[in-house]
Amino acid sequence: MTLGSWRHAFDNRSSSSFFEYLRQTAPHLLPGADAPIPGEPPASGAMPPVPHGTTVLALRYRDGVVIAGDRQASEGYQVAHRRIEKIFKADDLSAVGIAGAAGPAMEMARLFQTELEHYEKVEGENLSLDGKANRLGAMIRANLPMAMQGLVVVPIFAGFDERAGMGRLFKYDVTGGRYEEADYFAQGSGGKDARDSLKKSFRRDMPKDDAVRAALEALLDAADEDLGTGGPDFQRGIYPTVKTITRSGITDLTDEDVRRVLDAILSNRGRS
Amino acid sequence: MPLPYYVSPEQMMKDKAEYARKGISRGKAIVAIEYRDGILLVAENPSTLLHKISEIYDRIAFAGVGKYNEFENLRVAGVRHADVKGYSYSRGDVSAKALANAYSQGLGNIFTQDIKPFEVEVLVCEVGDANGSKNEIYHILYDGTIEDEKNYAAMGGQSDEIRRYLKENFKDGLDLAAALQLGVRALMVTQNKTLTERDLEVAVLDRTKERRKFRRIPAEVLNQLLASAK
Repeated sequence: MTLGSWRHAFDNRSSSSFFEYLRQTAPHLLPGADAPIPGEPPASGAMPPVPHGTTVLALRYRDGVVIAGDRQASEGYQVAHRRIEKIFKADDLSAVGIAGAAGPAMEMARLFQTELEHYEKVEGENLSLDGKANRLGAMIRANLPMAMQGLVVVPIFAGFDERAGMGRLFKYDVTGGRYEEADYFAQGSGGKDARDSLKKSFRRDMPKDDAVRAALEALLDAADEDLGTGGPDFQRGIYPTVKTITRSGITDLTDEDVRRVLDAILSNRGRS
Repeated sequence: MPLPYYVSPEQMMKDKAEYARKGISRGKAIVAIEYRDGILLVAENPSTLLHKISEIYDRIAFAGVGKYNEFENLRVAGVRHADVKGYSYSRGDVSAKALANAYSQGLGNIFTQDIKPFEVEVLVCEVGDANGSKNEIYHILYDGTIEDEKNYAAMGGQSDEIRRYLKENFKDGLDLAAALQLGVRALMVTQNKTLTERDLEVAVLDRTKERRKFRRIPAEVLNQLLASAK
């Protein structure tokens, strides 16, 4: 047996990463595998319009993090989809909110879910929250050729860090750069409006009800100011997605709960 | 150049099979038992860190006996197979049958082509869902032989006696505690000592769970289940 073959067990970097395993053995299955090389002109003309997800946000509170998003996907000035889901449970203690080109972003969320579960099964334990955040960064970096063609994906990632005993959240840039936010962040076309709103309403160590209310107020403000962001649709019964992540896992707020909070906010604002 | 010794293929296969069987029979046994809510897997395994029973996918579990490094390799290959399939098609398209076939092919190739065969046997179990689909238990041997088993399965050291005991004592629709007690009694048939929760690794594929049906049963729960009235 040669020296190289026993070393394989140590050098095999794809041993517990699904993403690296696909990259080495079946790269055609990865999103963006057929994207042109950056710098080369697109094959023919510009990228046709594709649906874009708009506003997602996350904020820390006393027991963990709240992560929330509106339900609209836009294609230019058109509504592409009214009840898209932008907040995906990544595993039992973390979630991704996707903003940007909806197709590649949802694909990335699915790949990320598989990546975390794969690691957990192969290694027999969960990745640390930092480890998860870094893996997501690597996927965004791998998407760079697609981003150069206009298919930008910039998620936010939030989760409960068991080792630190608190909720944490991360934002990303298009190169996969990962930045931890201490309090709150919002991403997407209405992200700035949501951030402005959260700046006023955010307090450290808020109780859950206040945090949920702050999140929904921010989404309302974003929908007010930004064309791409969808407001709550009382007629069709479409409400923003809100999830809380604590030590004991991820909980979805029911539509009923979300509607009740929205009613309270709107009546306070005089249904303006 | 000296001619290599001639060994007839028949003799070579016989020697390899005997070698593999010897290795496997030295190890401790594992049983799988169908119970009311799914499939129960019980292994005699004093280690709490090195597992013989593991999750492969939503409804699929794996168990291996024999050499740890060999079945561990097979397990990781199985997780990859399942995750790639689930990612490129859909989660519902991942089946124990395809995985069991892959193991059968792989072990068959190793047995015929490599000098040393794998000294392992594996079980691949898939729990049926609530609307009537059946449980599946596949038993794959060191030479790639594949069998599908009903109600119960046993492999590892002295598994023939264990299987005989299960055949005589298995009943349909056992609850978890009863199935566990049956499994532990079956493992004790071949030895004089009593097995406690510290000697056991136990997991279930529980069809009442959401999405991922695999669940390990921790020692303190085992203790209660073993103590509960027969």
